[in-house]
Amino acid sequence: MINNLLSNDLVAFLYLISGVFFILGIRGLSSPETARAGNYLSMSGMALAFIVTIFSLSDPSILNLILILAGISIGGLIGTILSKRVAMTDMPQMVAALNSMGGLSAVLVAWAAFLSPIAFELVSTDGSIKTLSKIEMILGILVGAITFSGSVVAFLKLQGLMKSAPIILPFRHILSIVIISLIVSCSYLIISGTESSQLLFLAISLLSLLLGLLLIIPIGGADMPVVIAVLNSYSGFAAAIIGFTLSNLALVITGALVGSSGAILSYIMCVAMNRSFFSVIMGGFGDEVGGGAQVKETRPVKIGSADDAAFILKNASSVIIVPGYGMAVARAQNSLKEMVDKLKEMGIKVTYAIHPVAGRMPGHMNVLLAEADVPYDDIYELSEINSDFAQADVAFVIGANDVTNPAAKSDPQSPIFGMPILEVENAKTVLFVKRSLGIGYAGIDNDLFYRENTMMLLDDAKKMSEDISASI
Amino acid sequence: MDISPIVFYGSIFILAIFIGYYVVWSVTPALHTPLMSVTNAISAVIIVGAIVAMGAESTEISLLSKFVSFFALIFASVNIFGGFLVTQRMLEMYKKKVKKDDK
Repeated sequence: MINNLLSNDLVAFLYLISGVFFILGIRGLSSPETARAGNYLSMSGMALAFIVTIFSLSDPSILNLILILAGISIGGLIGTILSKRVAMTDMPQMVAALNSMGGLSAVLVAWAAFLSPIAFELVSTDGSIKTLSKIEMILGILVGAITFSGSVVAFLKLQGLMKSAPIILPFRHILSIVIISLIVSCSYLIISGTESSQLLFLAISLLSLLLGLLLIIPIGGADMPVVIAVLNSYSGFAAAIIGFTLSNLALVITGALVGSSGAILSYIMCVAMNRSFFSVIMGGFGDEVGGGAQVKETRPVKIGSADDAAFILKNASSVIIVPGYGMAVARAQNSLKEMVDKLKEMGIKVTYAIHPVAGRMPGHMNVLLAEADVPYDDIYELSEINSDFAQADVAFVIGANDVTNPAAKSDPQSPIFGMPILEVENAKTVLFVKRSLGIGYAGIDNDLFYRENTMMLLDDAKKMSEDISASI
Repeated sequence: MDISPIVFYGSIFILAIFIGYYVVWSVTPALHTPLMSVTNAISAVIIVGAIVAMGAESTEISLLSKFVSFFALIFASVNIFGGFLVTQRMLEMYKKKVKKDDK
């Protein structure tokens, strides 16, 4: 029956090699110089896994191979088009969308295995599916479906197709508990019965999808960077669980890698926002907006023009740029870069300070600056540059707000208290580019606006950078 | 000595989590977005499950199972190609500047 071209041991070994390629591929991301080579290694790992699988098929008929190639071509074409078209500002949506694809394919593969257990060698001697395989398939469906529906919600929120504010359903915790107990009951029935009921399996799939929705809709837009990282982690664990079912080393190793990667990134994001992982998952952040800031502000604000800013910048010897997502929204990266180039030509030292949550996902701001051709040697992380603000003549804050708010250090009442911030207030002068004096993304007033050494530049980020460039 | 598969794969899984932990902490924060897109792509190695089902003996696999696998194949491919190529696109942007600095 079996006309495998490779022995089982060789197949397992080659899958292991493919896993090693993935490890080395991620290792390559430790520096921008080795990153591209790393990506090629990961691609090779994937190609190897594909080739090994093709050569170990039990029925590699022409029809089957054509079907396989057709599926890959359709998906590959869609993926290629998506990857070419997506704007760098939209990377979080892209990752969420891809994640949903991964979750969905995990669910579908688990279903395929459940419907045809013989093809996956999951049948015990008495003809029924092995208990362990049943548990693995149920878990695979559970995690895969949560990843899928959760990522779809995250995508809709990030893309603005759904309100990004948290949606709090009444009794949502009770609802979740009911759903979880239903899933557990269905699982128990499947595991204990020798008859494998497709209806129960379908129920688990649908309930898991619902659970994914319930988990993500109460989470507000500000917490989305964490959510994407968490869902990324889930998609890894879903792959690993299916790897157990299919006895596939490549899947087990990759799943573990992706799972820990997503978990670490969520941890980093939580620390950067001073939010506990648990409170992010419970959701609801952002619904207390405006709670403390009801007092009408009457303190004077110093408002400057582009010419004033150009004058201050020209006379500085060191400038630190603090970009935020607002800069990317205004598409001001390139005009900002032009302004910086002019300052550099005059011999002024210009560096960029990036807060971990400056973008909408981990490392997002770095990509946006890279797109504008900003050399990565000029870009510093929070911990590297925070002490430099005291020596800087100008801190140029553009499109950022909450990540510079001194309330995070001084006001225990503030919702962002304890969040690590870029200490721009230590610079001799703070230039703050902002469209209006409104509150930031987290809905908190920024004391920095009213400081003696702060000058507000109220205009669109792009127009302001262009105007400053012109008057330098 | 025989050990059960769950222990064998479980051991590899746990060791791989440790490898992942150290490897991911070594990734520079500047490349965290490409890290996410590339891990996205490699997690779609789940495509091998779909391929196994597509290439199984017709006596062993039901038509519905094959149908489901075909869609898994498409979705996983979107994930693989989209993930790798968008990572590539981002990393190219980091490359341009290295060249410029060299000149």
